[in-house]
Amino acid sequence: MKALAWHGKHDVRIDNVPDPGIVNPRDCIIKVTSTAICGSDLHLYDGYIPTMKAGDVLGHEFMGEVVEVGPKSTLKKGDRVVVPFTIACGSCYHCGKHQYSACPNGLPADNQDIAMELYGHEMSGLFGYSHMTGGYAGGQAEYVRVPFSDVGPIVIPDGVPDDKVLFLSDILPTGWQAAEYAEIEPGDTVAVWGCGPVGLFAVQSAFLMGAARVIAIDHFPRRLELAAKFGAETINFEESAVYEALMEMTGGIGPDAVIDAVGLEAHGLFVDNVVDQVKASLLLGTDRPHSIRQAIIACRKGGRVSMPAVYGGFVDKFPLGAFMEKGLTLKTGQTHVQHYMPALLNAIMEDKIDTEFLISHRMPLTDAPHGYKMFKDRQNEYTKIVLKPGMDQAA
Amino acid sequence: MTDASDLPKDDAPLAASKQGSAAVEAASGNVPEAQGAHITGRSVTINKPAQELYAFFRDFSNLPNFMENVESIRLHDEQRSHWVVKAPGGRTVEWDARVTEEVPGRLIAWTSEEGADVPNSGKVEFKPVEGRGTVVTATILYDPPGGIIGKIVAKMFQREPAIQARRDLRRFKQLMETGEVATPAKNRAEFEEMGL
Repeated sequence: MKALAWHGKHDVRIDNVPDPGIVNPRDCIIKVTSTAICGSDLHLYDGYIPTMKAGDVLGHEFMGEVVEVGPKSTLKKGDRVVVPFTIACGSCYHCGKHQYSACPNGLPADNQDIAMELYGHEMSGLFGYSHMTGGYAGGQAEYVRVPFSDVGPIVIPDGVPDDKVLFLSDILPTGWQAAEYAEIEPGDTVAVWGCGPVGLFAVQSAFLMGAARVIAIDHFPRRLELAAKFGAETINFEESAVYEALMEMTGGIGPDAVIDAVGLEAHGLFVDNVVDQVKASLLLGTDRPHSIRQAIIACRKGGRVSMPAVYGGFVDKFPLGAFMEKGLTLKTGQTHVQHYMPALLNAIMEDKIDTEFLISHRMPLTDAPHGYKMFKDRQNEYTKIVLKPGMDQAA
Repeated sequence: MTDASDLPKDDAPLAASKQGSAAVEAASGNVPEAQGAHITGRSVTINKPAQELYAFFRDFSNLPNFMENVESIRLHDEQRSHWVVKAPGGRTVEWDARVTEEVPGRLIAWTSEEGADVPNSGKVEFKPVEGRGTVVTATILYDPPGGIIGKIVAKMFQREPAIQARRDLRRFKQLMETGEVATPAKNRAEFEEMGL
């Protein structure tokens, strides 16, 4: 089959690789109909994530049709399913608490050592996201093997198009969880750093949870425009000073809750960011945490910090003093996708949440290398790329 | 030289001790018919009743399903079994093991018999924990022998015995909680190549 494989920094290719098959009893195999390139895929593309190997198949946002089932799968051939990017068993202590991204049973034992050393604990397995998260082949491919198919994938009713539900796999639940972690109270002002897909879903979610005002921060005009469409006020950090703007817009109080949806590759010519970029290029650090620093400084006293953004290693100059003195609360983590899927599917079906607005480009799987380049270099126009393996045959 | 009575009196398990030989000495006091001058110990919590875990473990023929290096275990009788364990370079090491103590649902202890390639002894304990299942703790004492095979074995065990024990216990947890052992293999052919 054809699949998008990583070969090094800024080098992804369409490779011919062996077809997947059932290995464990709870597996299923799906034929991918839609798969997206995620902002966090760019961290792989840019070489920020360790434990990648040449030939690794990428992609953790995907959906498709079930074509093969193991003896313990509860799916049927022909079911259309969206697959959560976190591989969780559904029966361990953490899954029992709906902390699916903490499930230790989807991560092969040999792949647990690195996270044990780096984080003190193993995490859940993820599709297409380095060997530290299991070395599973991802969904930017014609077919994928999906473990724990009896508890992970959600079946999509007939007649609901792929583009409406694909984002249940990651970015919609991630944006929703980010807003939930901001513990929004009626009347709150919420500031969101980053108007990528997660940030934009966090904007929508924050309003649905009762925020009076949402202030969106980015430097791409097109992305700020999308945030404004949902009712957010905007700050373009290339034109305005973010802290000063936030303080003035909130009458000197600061936002009640702040959401960092940027993460380890913050853009912008800020002194700390440039220093971090130099360090990262010399391998003296992995992460460029400009946005989380700014969010902590801007947040009101006693406010909440939510951090859906991906960080992988260590950061310098974390404003721990401001964090302590102001009495802030921080909630973060990989998304417990399985926990949110059913309710969010309903919200989509009831048109409470708009998902399709995000998609700027659709292309065949074979154009994925070009897609990665565009998604990285032209973030203003390329808000979200959906790859359609079926378009190859159709063309 | 420190002896067991000099160990600091804290509540940390012996396997976490920074004083190796004293820890071995202390552990030996808790393992029936102990032998072995190196110690490794690990715990894992498994969301299943102790009796179920004990029963699965006590049937030694089940162990190769989650112990990566164990090639085969042949049962002589209820108490005695023959172990064939993979060593680097395509070699194997072997020993006969004898159960020295068993408390159904609670504990299994063993020691290797005369002539073992790797003299070893140890125990596996099963402790129920309210709301979380069972804490399974393995304590293993072992003695890498001299000679060439000894060097190979030492390399295998000393590389990171704690990591190997942790991996095996993690696989045990996965198998008992989910009915399978997680693998990134894309298909059966790749699984056969990779092994557990």
